[in-house]
Amino acid sequence: MTALLWLIPIALVLGSLGLVAFFWAVRSGQFDDEKGNAVRILMGDDKPLYEKDDA
Amino acid sequence: MGIIAFDKTAGCPSGLQAVPIKETDPLGNQIDLSSYVVSRGDGTQEIDLIVQGAHCGGCLSKIERGISELPGVSTARMNLSTLKLHVDWSGTEVGPNTLIQTLSNMGYGAAPYEISTSQRQSRHELKSLLRAMAVAGFAAINVMLLSVAVWSGGGEMQASTHTIFHWISAMIALPAVAYAGQPFFRSAWAALKNKRTNMDVPISLAVFLACGLSLYETIKGNPDTYFDAAVMLLFLLLIGRYLDAKLRLKTGEAAQRLAAMQTTSATRIEPNGSLETIPIRQVVPDDTILIPAGQRIPVDGIILTGRSEIDTHIATGETVPSLSGPEDMIYAGMINLTAPLTMKVVSAHSDSFLSEITKLVEIGEQGKSNFVKIADRAARAYVPVVHSLAALTFIGWLFVGAELRPAALNAIAVLIITCPCALGLAVPAVQIVASGRLFKHGILIKSGDALERLAKTRHVIFDKTGTLTSGIFTLDNAADISAAHLEIAAALAAQSRHPIAKALHPFSGAISAQDVEEIAGVGLRCQVNSQRVTFGAFKNTQSFISSGVSSESWLQIGDDPPICFKFSDTVRDDTQQTLKELDSIGLTLEMLSGDEKNVTASVAQMLGIKKFKGGIAPKEKQTILYQRLSEARYPLMVGDGINDAPALAAAYSSASLATASDISRSASDIILQGDKLSGLPKAIKIARQAQNRVKENLGIAVIYNMIAVPLAVFGFVNPLIAALAMSGSSLIVTLNALRMLKS
Repeated sequence: MTALLWLIPIALVLGSLGLVAFFWAVRSGQFDDEKGNAVRILMGDDKPLYEKDDA
Repeated sequence: MGIIAFDKTAGCPSGLQAVPIKETDPLGNQIDLSSYVVSRGDGTQEIDLIVQGAHCGGCLSKIERGISELPGVSTARMNLSTLKLHVDWSGTEVGPNTLIQTLSNMGYGAAPYEISTSQRQSRHELKSLLRAMAVAGFAAINVMLLSVAVWSGGGEMQASTHTIFHWISAMIALPAVAYAGQPFFRSAWAALKNKRTNMDVPISLAVFLACGLSLYETIKGNPDTYFDAAVMLLFLLLIGRYLDAKLRLKTGEAAQRLAAMQTTSATRIEPNGSLETIPIRQVVPDDTILIPAGQRIPVDGIILTGRSEIDTHIATGETVPSLSGPEDMIYAGMINLTAPLTMKVVSAHSDSFLSEITKLVEIGEQGKSNFVKIADRAARAYVPVVHSLAALTFIGWLFVGAELRPAALNAIAVLIITCPCALGLAVPAVQIVASGRLFKHGILIKSGDALERLAKTRHVIFDKTGTLTSGIFTLDNAADISAAHLEIAAALAAQSRHPIAKALHPFSGAISAQDVEEIAGVGLRCQVNSQRVTFGAFKNTQSFISSGVSSESWLQIGDDPPICFKFSDTVRDDTQQTLKELDSIGLTLEMLSGDEKNVTASVAQMLGIKKFKGGIAPKEKQTILYQRLSEARYPLMVGDGINDAPALAAAYSSASLATASDISRSASDIILQGDKLSGLPKAIKIARQAQNRVKENLGIAVIYNMIAVPLAVFGFVNPLIAALAMSGSSLIVTLNALRMLKS
């Protein structure tokens, strides 16, 4: 039974973390443009990841 | 380079959408748009633009990159759902005009955008619904976890453990209900204040009573609480509310899109003869305005001097331009194709034809909002019955000598168990499944109530050009014309904006025509290999004679005999089949067109449509729609042009093709993808089927209540039974909705 004393709080804390993350996602506008976000992942960057060192 | 390449050509890189007409300021004058720019303290400035012609990931990538490359621009963020572009920049090198010019060079129309307060508010509401849904979901999962332990623990669990579990549930559920229940509590309170009831009244009451009773029982250390039922109820209902609100916001953005279609400037001719470029808001009646060839007409007016061919597609839906001269009325949004005109302004910008269309669309949509959804009709009958039942239970138990507490417990159990969970799910579940099936067939449906309205259709009204016909001209007698002649004609046509000229573009070759003259109402004239070539009118007959859906043009090289080119606006491949199918499912057909009466008649005869009317204005179309509505024919309007938008908005239900104008698509309930009319009978069949499922589901909900209510009234309901009954009935209703996937 004592396991419950820490298992329940852990479950609640993890759940709340998820909830906080979701609130953050809503606030930062991640649900404002589903159509755009769906295609954004296909857009690559023209710049190379590392600048070439000619020296 | 990413998967989607950055394309330098104009317009949508996929090539699926036509390039919108380029707005050019003939004098290159700068109009002051600084009122739209917001300056921030740190020297950066920002603006929101609405972009026309952006449709896919390629457009998004191209626009963002193109704008980011401008000097001083720090952010360019395009929203593909709302077609809005947000730009942050600093310094003086960039301004709103440079941004619009850059977008125009890339092939997109753009205009400054002011978000309306009501829209801002509904966006805000949507976000709070999303947050409420998340909170309710979190609480439902955790409380259910604890409740399942209590139920399955049964006799083994000690009373003290029960109580701890109940307290934890209370600490999760009460704040969650206080937060997530607000949309329902507010709406219920507003209704009660106006001495009305709605679906939210029983929901709020049940949630309040369930939480209050559970808290009381928890404090007393009694075994039964209803926290799980309360949060689960809120969660299920919030899912439906969120989806519904999202659909509504989308349709509300229709009018805003029009902003991007209007020109922002006009060239006024001052009394002393000088020219001045002014914003169209400053144009007043009786001003004289110059409209160069290729420009959109800024406001309504009467032509003073000049003759030109006018693309009247916006007003009549017709692809063949009309020849206009002095004394003729021309409207905002039409395009002046061939020659410069001067015109006398008749109405200011805010009273122009486009604004009139916007108003008509709004009026039509308001009419639609009076439609009472089947779920609401059910709720109206439901609320008084359930509340009187609960009251009777309470009085009845007191009457037979029960204590106050058990009497109250049983009355509350009636309210909880009858809480419209199945009723709330019965309709949305079917609508979600039905819209999924429609999607598979390439049909987009914009709202759940559209499905209900579509199912009642008895009469279908079609627009002609662009709907029953493809609206695109093709050359019919290419086989009879020599390749050399085709190539010369194509070279001339390449210089023209005329829709018939476009039909010749595929035949263009190495020859290019120089100094092509386009004479309004006559045709094209130029020199090829030192020979005089004309294409268009034959002798003195009018150019591009329109008879039925076909037209003829003549090519004359030097003194050779002229060669006839025959063009026609073809009826869509699937039109006949679609009309036959619609007829076979018992619908009557009608055709309304802005085209000339005799043309309309010949097309109607060809297609076997008995009821038709030609030569009618957008407002008359709407009037006819209202007439059919009053005859209880539940008309379905199918159209594509801006001129159809008022009729589409007024119709009982409406459909447009994917290539239709923005405003028509926004005003329509369903959109047929892939430019196929054949989806229409399918859509009606699925809507009718969905309607049957909804009725079945409501029947199931009634049966459920007939079993559950007596149990509650006579005191046999405990929290386990309430939870089982609620989820059980929801499950049955959802499964019944899923049955639609198979058939």
